Amino acid sequence: MVRRRGKVFLKYLAINIIVWTIAILWTLPFIGVAMVSVKPFKEVVVNGWWTLTGHYTLKNFIDAWSNPVYGVGRGYTNSFIVAIPSTIIPLFIAALAAYVFSRFSFPLKTWLFITLLVIMSMPQQMSVVPLFFMLDRMGLYDQLSGLILVHSAWGLAWITFFLKNFFDTLPREVEEAARVDGAGDFHIFFRLVLPMSLPAIASVSAIQFTWVWSDFFYALVFIASPEKYVVTLQVANMRGQYFVDWGLLSAGAIFTMLVPLLVYALLQKYYVRGMVGWTIKG
Amino acid sequence: MFRGIWRRSSRKRGRSKKAIIITFLLPELILLLTFVLTPIVGTFVISFQTDNGYGPDNYYKVITETSPDKALVLPKNIESLRPPPWGALIHNIVWVLIHLPLVVFLGLALAYLLHEVKGSSIVKTIIFLGMVIPMIVGGLLIRFMYDGTLGVVPLLFKTLGINSLAKTWTNYPQTALISLILGSVWLWTGFSLTVYSAAFESLPKSYIEAAKIDGASGLQIFFKIVIPLLRHATIVVVVMTMLWDLKIFDIVYVSTLGGPGGSSNVMALVMYLYFARALDYGRSAATAVILALITLIPGAWFIKQVVKSGKEKR
Repeated sequence: MVRRRGKVFLKYLAINIIVWTIAILWTLPFIGVAMVSVKPFKEVVVNGWWTLTGHYTLKNFIDAWSNPVYGVGRGYTNSFIVAIPSTIIPLFIAALAAYVFSRFSFPLKTWLFITLLVIMSMPQQMSVVPLFFMLDRMGLYDQLSGLILVHSAWGLAWITFFLKNFFDTLPREVEEAARVDGAGDFHIFFRLVLPMSLPAIASVSAIQFTWVWSDFFYALVFIASPEKYVVTLQVANMRGQYFVDWGLLSAGAIFTMLVPLLVYALLQKYYVRGMVGWTIKG
Repeated sequence: MFRGIWRRSSRKRGRSKKAIIITFLLPELILLLTFVLTPIVGTFVISFQTDNGYGPDNYYKVITETSPDKALVLPKNIESLRPPPWGALIHNIVWVLIHLPLVVFLGLALAYLLHEVKGSSIVKTIIFLGMVIPMIVGGLLIRFMYDGTLGVVPLLFKTLGINSLAKTWTNYPQTALISLILGSVWLWTGFSLTVYSAAFESLPKSYIEAAKIDGASGLQIFFKIVIPLLRHATIVVVVMTMLWDLKIFDIVYVSTLGGPGGSSNVMALVMYLYFARALDYGRSAATAVILALITLIPGAWFIKQVVKSGKEKR
């Protein structure tokens, strides 16, 4: 009995050591970048970033934020200008559509639904060439508003799908009762369904906001002038072709990922549910 | 008389129902038509446009292209550059072949082992971080990991005495692609781990208890009971991972730009290079269509699953 318990404990210990070793290995790039960012790069090159001794400085952060050419500070404002409307617009529009998908039957419904799923698996590349000409003709090329429109439209499919699945799970009794009392669909949707859907709305907002903030491809293709660069474009330009100043680049990378990390930290439960929740149900 | 009133109000209700459906759907349909569906069809049309009318020329040229930075299948062998033997399309396939099994295995194994680990939620959070950070930053961090002077990977091989691998991996054609693929495992394992953990939580405990009482070993339980019950989660992980691998762009752009000599090139990057550098919109569109058709293989399978499970629920 005692020997058996010892064996079980050894197994438990081994599993813990293996998993935690993996977890620590997983954090190494983050730790490395954090260390490099707070040390003078010349020192890092000589001594490596893994030593705790040596000088510490915030110079990298100041430079990475405010340098007039490659600073990410300016990109920050643009990223917020793009990401906030690109979250609210598709959320609202898709919620309306998802309500109809969940509560009514109408001609072509299945086909529309399949279209949404096809859009969800389409690569961004599939839209770029015609969108480029279209935005140009509309005067929206190299405009943040053009980028907002594109992000909003391409966010619709997954948000509709996600919210429809959520609306399907809501109890119908309350709505039926309100309907009997003479409430219209607008009332039911805005006063009953939306308030009950706050968790789903939190999930969608967290994910859509982070995705738009993190987007690189659309910004790369549809934004040309440096004063309109979003933060992901700025940080990508920080990397020189041959010589890489990792001190500066690390600080820039930290600035760039800070906002998504904060969203994740504040809305962790909703974030994870939004990322994988809809895929589990079946 | 009552019947008449009832019928009229029901007809009125039918009309207002139609009005609601149209009002609620219209904004979505307009945005989708303008900025999503029209461009998708447009890409098809442009991909068939050539100098003399419509034809499949662009596809032919894109597939048989041999310059190392744009080749999809077979690049020309330039001795001085020592380019890799394959093009971007093959790189994407190799990416799936290496990345997918690793991600499925790591996610599944970790999710299973985490039951017995102290602080499992911290481990989960750490591994999930790769999903949270922008891919462009992910690419920078991967580049950092393989850096000859600062990176952990070359340092490890230096201490092991294998000097041929103690250099910046992303700068050499022999190691560029594999370094990015392994780096993408670091970024994406959080997805499969989270999906599998959630699936484990919804497993019926009684099955496992019953098997334990019947004297089944841990491994037997895992392979004979747990894995079959995780079918749905596995479908999700496999499809999403394949889609992610095929669409990969940011991390390649920022760490190697497909180089050196096209050795880490991928489809999405080729499409971009035709578009932004060569200004050849026809070939750019053709590349996009090829990429989209390939993503439709896992995509269509997934759509079938979703539609099927939607019907079962009803």
